Amino acid sequence: MTMTETTQPSRRALLKGAAAGLVVGFHLPGRDALAQATTTAATTPEINAWVVIRPDDTVVIRMARSEMGQGTRTGLVQMIAEELHCDWSKIVTEYVTPGQSLARNRAWGNFQTAGSQGIRQSQDYVRRAGATARVMLINAAAAEWQATPEHCVAKDSVVTHRPTGRTLRYGQLAAAAARQTPPAAVTLKDPKDWTVIGTSRPRLDTADKTTGKLVYGSDLKMPGMLLAASQQCPVFGGKVKSFDAAKVRNMAGVRHVVQAGDNAVAVIADTYWQAKTALDALPVEWDYGPNRNVSSDTIAAMLREGLNASEAFVGNTNGDAKAAIAAAPRKIEATYGYPFQNHAPMEPMNATVVWTPTRCDVWCPTQNGEAALAATAAAAGLPQTACDVHRVDLGGGFGRRTTHDWLTQAVLIAKQVPGVPIKTLWSREEDMVQGRYHPVTMCKMSAGLDASGNLTGLHMRISGQSILAYVFPTALQNGRDAATFQGLNPTGAEGQFGYTIPNLLIDHAMRNTHVPPHFWRGVNHNQNAIYIECFMDEMAHATGQDPLAFRRKLMGNHPKHLAVLNAVAERIGWDKPAPQGVFRGIAQQMGFGSYVAAAAEVSVDAAGKLKIHRIVAATDCGVAVNPRQIEMQVEGSFSYGLSALLYGECTVKDGAIVETNFDTYDVLRLAEMPPVETIVMPSGGFWGGVGEPTIMVAAPAVLNAIFAATGKRIRQVPLKDQDLKRA
Amino acid sequence: MVRLNVNGRMVEVAASPDTPLLWALREQIGLTGTKYGCGIAQCGACTVHVDGQPVRACSMPISAFTSNQKIITIEGLSPDGMHPVQVAWRELDVPQCGYCQSGMIMAAAALLAEKRNPTDAEIDAAMTNICRCGTYNRVRAGIKQAAQTRQG
Repeated sequence: MTMTETTQPSRRALLKGAAAGLVVGFHLPGRDALAQATTTAATTPEINAWVVIRPDDTVVIRMARSEMGQGTRTGLVQMIAEELHCDWSKIVTEYVTPGQSLARNRAWGNFQTAGSQGIRQSQDYVRRAGATARVMLINAAAAEWQATPEHCVAKDSVVTHRPTGRTLRYGQLAAAAARQTPPAAVTLKDPKDWTVIGTSRPRLDTADKTTGKLVYGSDLKMPGMLLAASQQCPVFGGKVKSFDAAKVRNMAGVRHVVQAGDNAVAVIADTYWQAKTALDALPVEWDYGPNRNVSSDTIAAMLREGLNASEAFVGNTNGDAKAAIAAAPRKIEATYGYPFQNHAPMEPMNATVVWTPTRCDVWCPTQNGEAALAATAAAAGLPQTACDVHRVDLGGGFGRRTTHDWLTQAVLIAKQVPGVPIKTLWSREEDMVQGRYHPVTMCKMSAGLDASGNLTGLHMRISGQSILAYVFPTALQNGRDAATFQGLNPTGAEGQFGYTIPNLLIDHAMRNTHVPPHFWRGVNHNQNAIYIECFMDEMAHATGQDPLAFRRKLMGNHPKHLAVLNAVAERIGWDKPAPQGVFRGIAQQMGFGSYVAAAAEVSVDAAGKLKIHRIVAATDCGVAVNPRQIEMQVEGSFSYGLSALLYGECTVKDGAIVETNFDTYDVLRLAEMPPVETIVMPSGGFWGGVGEPTIMVAAPAVLNAIFAATGKRIRQVPLKDQDLKRA
Repeated sequence: MVRLNVNGRMVEVAASPDTPLLWALREQIGLTGTKYGCGIAQCGACTVHVDGQPVRACSMPISAFTSNQKIITIEGLSPDGMHPVQVAWRELDVPQCGYCQSGMIMAAAALLAEKRNPTDAEIDAAMTNICRCGTYNRVRAGIKQAAQTRQG
């Protein structure tokens, strides 16, 4: 490994006198690092914060959002390329650092890569950056030719002067373009003129993933680097009481045995395997704290109490649901539940840190560079301006890498060996028991129906954890966690309820425990969609109505919700009989700004074994930036969502998480993955997410099909704990 | 000192004999394409070939190998990334985050070496690697496309 500059002070930053750019770093192999290593301020000034063009015509597009497999790199490049009119084959990307952004008054905006926001929340300003750069390149060419810019056109990284046919390449123009005054305003293309957005471009980053060349955080190597293996108190909130370092200090490769914060110990060694071997042999006594008596049973009892509690936060209400239900001739009630689940990305948590008394740099996979910088500075005891976060692509995120407890720990470990790069890597076991979990909830659904089977009143009482209460308590509204009601909101562009019900009450009895909840792909939609969509099915069956027809009666005011539902019903052949022994279920939900629906075909054999034969999914995400990438995200959402439905459960015993690896926390394998038919049906006029929405409907569609197949209503996830034999 | 034959070259590994092959590959030999995912042979991210057979390197100590056994990692699967499985993977955009894909590709290549044209049931049985992003359907399609390429 050679030392090289990884970040360059930009011309503009230097002009501002800002201290951008840390001229210490390590060369990392891979596309981004290559771009970083060969981009020099002297020869290649940026055209703007997002676009650098080198003399050889290479177009460097900078990224604030993180790539974790969701395809945001390719999608964001499509945004910029659409307006920049550059040669697609000459594009490379590089991550900017949050430290650079901080020094330039957040020139790159939000780094958060979560909530299916990467593209939809940055599409406007990155397209404007591309358009601005194009105008500056054209103006530079016009100036060179002493021509009027209106007579020049840009295409495939070449500016042509139409009257004379003269041409200049972007690489030839870049330096002059960088000196142009940026236009005060640019007009973005009309969507009907798009040639890049809306096309199924292959991903820009696939090749290195097929040869083992892509360097993930866990693969990083640095001169003189040492490796750390760590263990935290297995009970959340517990602390280290004591540990006997002398027992392992003489083991092979061991350099240091340290405590990190008040709750963890770590062994630092020449190699990770040596560190882990010594850590496993290290005697540690824990002060388990006040939660040693908490178990899945005590948590369930707390949630059950909340189902009937008199006090609850209201998420959506109209009319008088309780009175309507009380007066109804037909009442239906059912209680559902959703467990803790671990994100379990394939790459365990890790970070590489160099700490000195005046400076701290970290290299890590994170879904939010700015939050990582804040965590680094806090743990390092340094101002953010004396720290930076150098990102690498993530080996999966799913929400786990939006929070930085693991990074805090890695900095606290490295701080004890100043000047030495220390890579802290969690074992799978540590990753499993020190997760930030899908929140645990229960839900009591109560309905009143009239003699004709019309729904007259619905009360949905959610009881359970609040993510915001744990993660962002300042975001609570007088104690209420609005995020609990994802997909159940009366209005809004993010996650609107798709039914009009004359008397409705959706409320939340917040019941928190010590197991930390977090955003988990799909977040609160995962349970909310099961609760509402399975209960819709229950009400239809209980009153002898077709589940699709029953829903349609309530969806007249929700044409976009209904359109995706109709699309999957039509594709699956809802009005025709299913194949012999095969049964169907449907579900719909709106979330992350998109409308999605699914239809599933399943069979359950005499022994109770489930087979999912076919899934049809429809997505209206407003604008479909890359249809193939959307298909991949829909397939991935089913894989993740069906894993959660079939197997996903973390249980609690003696205050600690019981499941420690994939042998006890199983996930969907290839043999169980059904064929997925994806209908991408963008209706235009809005930008919805695609990374998460489909996961919302995966479980309820399959659960409803299981009921059709067996007559059994499964109301508790996961299925591994349930007997599916025909009732 | 344990001698191993990795990607066609002999390497001497200065590690304790009970060191798993995975960690010797990653830390002593410097081949980080083979990934750590679980450490208990569940996920397959560490799959390599030993004399052509897929092996989960996290659960095999280096002392279990002789220098006559040919170990191939993702870096040695092909000199230029043009193994039919790698080509199919790129054509179909199989990877998402990519972390499990070294293991997926090695498992798929071993399957195709054994069966020229595997059935769906054979793919189901052979491909037990875990992917959390959800590439399974494209993995299946990629194996079939690679099989066709080989026969074409």
